[in-house]
Amino acid sequence: MNTLQTTSGQRHRHWVPWLLLFPSLVIMLVFTVYPVVRSLFFSLTKYRLGMEAPEMIWFENYQRLMSSAIFHKVIANTIVFAMLTVLPSMAIGLALALMVNRKGRQVGFIRTSYFYPSVMPMIAIASVWLFIYMAQNGLFDQIMIALGLGSQNVLSNRNTVLPAMSVMYTWREAGYLMVFFLAGLQSINEEVLEAAMIDGATGIKSFRHIILPLLAPTTLFVSTIAFTNSFKLADHVIIMTEGAPNNASTLLLYYIYQQGFTNLNYGLSNTLTVIMLVLLLVFSLPRFFNQDRKIHYS
Amino acid sequence: MKRLFSIVLCVSIMLGLGSAIASASPLELTMYFPVNVGGTAAATIERFTGDFNAQNTDVRVTPVYTGNYDDTITKIQTAIQGGNPPDLFVSLATQRFTMASTKMAMPLDDLIALDPEGAEFIDDFIDGFMLDSYVEGAVYSIPFQRSTMVMYYNKDAFKEVGLDPEAPPQNWVELVDYAEKLTNENRWGVGLALNSGSAQWAFTGFSLQNCTNEVGLMSADGKKVYFDTPENIEALQLWLDLQNKYKVMAPGIVQWTDLPTQFLAGQVAMIYHTTGNLTNIRNNANFEFGVSFLPAGRQYGAPTGGGNFYITSGISEERQRAAWEYIKFMCSTELAAQWSIETGYVATRESAYETDLLKQYYTDFPPALVAYQQLPYAQPELTTYSAAEMWRILNDNIQAAVTGEMTAAEALKNAQEQGDELLFDFQ
Repeated sequence: MNTLQTTSGQRHRHWVPWLLLFPSLVIMLVFTVYPVVRSLFFSLTKYRLGMEAPEMIWFENYQRLMSSAIFHKVIANTIVFAMLTVLPSMAIGLALALMVNRKGRQVGFIRTSYFYPSVMPMIAIASVWLFIYMAQNGLFDQIMIALGLGSQNVLSNRNTVLPAMSVMYTWREAGYLMVFFLAGLQSINEEVLEAAMIDGATGIKSFRHIILPLLAPTTLFVSTIAFTNSFKLADHVIIMTEGAPNNASTLLLYYIYQQGFTNLNYGLSNTLTVIMLVLLLVFSLPRFFNQDRKIHYS
Repeated sequence: MKRLFSIVLCVSIMLGLGSAIASASPLELTMYFPVNVGGTAAATIERFTGDFNAQNTDVRVTPVYTGNYDDTITKIQTAIQGGNPPDLFVSLATQRFTMASTKMAMPLDDLIALDPEGAEFIDDFIDGFMLDSYVEGAVYSIPFQRSTMVMYYNKDAFKEVGLDPEAPPQNWVELVDYAEKLTNENRWGVGLALNSGSAQWAFTGFSLQNCTNEVGLMSADGKKVYFDTPENIEALQLWLDLQNKYKVMAPGIVQWTDLPTQFLAGQVAMIYHTTGNLTNIRNNANFEFGVSFLPAGRQYGAPTGGGNFYITSGISEERQRAAWEYIKFMCSTELAAQWSIETGYVATRESAYETDLLKQYYTDFPPALVAYQQLPYAQPELTTYSAAEMWRILNDNIQAAVTGEMTAAEALKNAQEQGDELLFDFQ
C-alpha cells in the first residue's frame, strides 16, 4: 500500500505543473500564438474579401508599404505621438502619485478623481474632447477667441492635430500610470527615508537620490506600459478625425483597422500588424535586457 | 351533449395546436441597418418592421441597428466570416461595386422577374436614385434612405446686408459676391464640410456643376476616375479661393456635424448640407431660413447619397423571397412618403409624390420640396470599385490642398495617380 502511494505521488509531480499551466497555456496558444502565426502567414498574401483563397505573394506587401508615402507618414505620426505622450504622462503620473502618497480622509477621493479618466472608455473621452476642440464653438477655441488669438480649429491643422490629441491622451493616461507609481512609492521602506532625513537629505535631495532610484523597477515597468499603450490606439482617431487632414493624424493601429475593415484588404492589414508587432518588440525588449542591471530591487 | 362538447374541444385543441405550430416557426430574418443622421430614423425603421411582421405571420424580420455606415460594413463582414450573415442589410449605394466584387450581396434581377409586380415596382423609383443600383447591368440594390445636398441660407442675414432674402445665389459668381457681402467679423459667408467622408460628397456637386460632358468624377461602370480634368481643378480652386482669396469661408477643415451648429448659431450665412438635416434646422433655427438649389457653375448639379437595401448572397431561396417582400414593403409608396416626412430623406418613389400625405407636407412646408425639384440635376456621388479606398484618396488629397500642402492641380493629379493604381485590378 505504502509503496504504491509513493510511486503515484512521484508520478503526480511530473504532470501536476503541466496541469496547472494548462489553462493559461491554452489561452496563450489560442489568443496569442495562433493569431501571430496566422498574421505572419497572411502578411505574405494578397487577400481581399471576396477572394476564394489567399494568393501567396511573399514580400510584395512589405515592398509596397516601404515605398508608400502614406505608410511613412503613419509610422512618423505613431512615433511622434508616442514621444508626445509617454514622457509627459509618466512625469505627470509620478507627480500625481507624490501628491496623493499620504494618509488622510480626502486622499481616497482625490486618488479616485485622478484615476477616473482611465476608467472611461476612450470613445467617450474622444467624444467629449471633440466638443472641447470643436471649431469656433468649442471650449478651447472659445478661450483662444477670448484671448484674442482667434479660432484655432486645432483638429484641422496638420501641425496641431497630433499635439491636441496628445494632450487628451496624456490627461487620460497620467491617472492610470499614477496608480503604479503610487504602489511603488508605498513599497519604499520608510526607515530608509527616515535614515536619509537624519543624514540631512530632505525634499528634492531625498527624491533625487533615494526615491527615484528605488522607483526604478516601477519606472521601467511603467515606461513599457506607457509606450505600448501609446501604440495601441485607434478609437479616438475614428471619433475625432478619421486621420484628417490628409493622414496627419493617422496612427498605425487606425491604419490597420482602415485597411482591414474599411478597405477589406486582409493581406495588407496583416502585413501592417506584423510590422507593429516587430516595432513593439524592438522597442520594449532592449529595455528589459539593458536597464535590468542598473535597477536596484529593494 | 357531452360528445359534442368533446368534439368541439378536440377540434379547438387541434386548431390551437395548428396555429401554435404555425406561429411557433415563422421564417426568422435578420436585417442590419445603419443610421447616419441624428433623430428618430432607427425608431421609424423598427416601427415599420413591426407593421410588416404583424401583416406577415409566416415571416419575422428582426432589424439590428449597427452604428454608422462604416460600422455596418464591418459587422456584416464579421458576420459573414463567422458563417452567420444577416439576410439583408442597408448600406451605401456607393458600396454596390464592392458588394458585387466581394460577393457580399446578390443580384436581384431574378427576384424582380419572378415577381408579377416586380418591373412596375422598379420603374416607379426616381431615375436619379435607381441609377445608383446597377453593377454591370444587374440590379444589386434598392434605393431606401436617400438624400441629396441643398443650400440652407439665413434670410435674416440676407436682409441685414441688403440682399433679397427670396433670391439665393444662382451661380458661382453670385455665390462669391453674396458671400463677400455676408461675411463680417462674426460671420462667414459660406460653409462647406471638408472632413473625411464629407469632402468627396460636396466635391461631386461642384464637379457636376462645372463639367462639360455630364461626366463628373467617374465613369458609370465604376472603373475609371477623372479627378484631374481642368474643370475639376477649377472647382477645387474655387474652394481654395473662397477660403484664401475672398476669405468668405472658414479656413481649414470644418466638420460635417459642426456645420449645422454654426449655421444655427448665425456664424455662417449659407451652408451646403444634406436634406437629412432639414428637420433639425427647422426645429432649431431662431431666424428665418431658406432652402435652395446648389448654385450652378456651367449648369446645376448636386450629388445624391445615402443607403440602399441589399440581400446577402448565399441565403436560401425561401429567405431571398421573404427578404424581397420585406424590401417591397419598406419601399412601398405610403411608407416611402411617411419615411421622408419623418426623417427628411427624399422619397424614392415617383408615386409617393402623388400621395395626400406628401402633398400636404409640401404645402405646409415648401422648403422640403426643393430637394425633389433639384433631383433632375443630381447624379450619384463618387462611386467606383473599392469605393471606401477611393473616397479616402479623394478626401486626403482635397485636404492636402485645403491645408496648403499642395496646389489644387497637384492634389488632383496626385489623386488621379492613386485612383488609377487602385482601379488597375478592375480594368
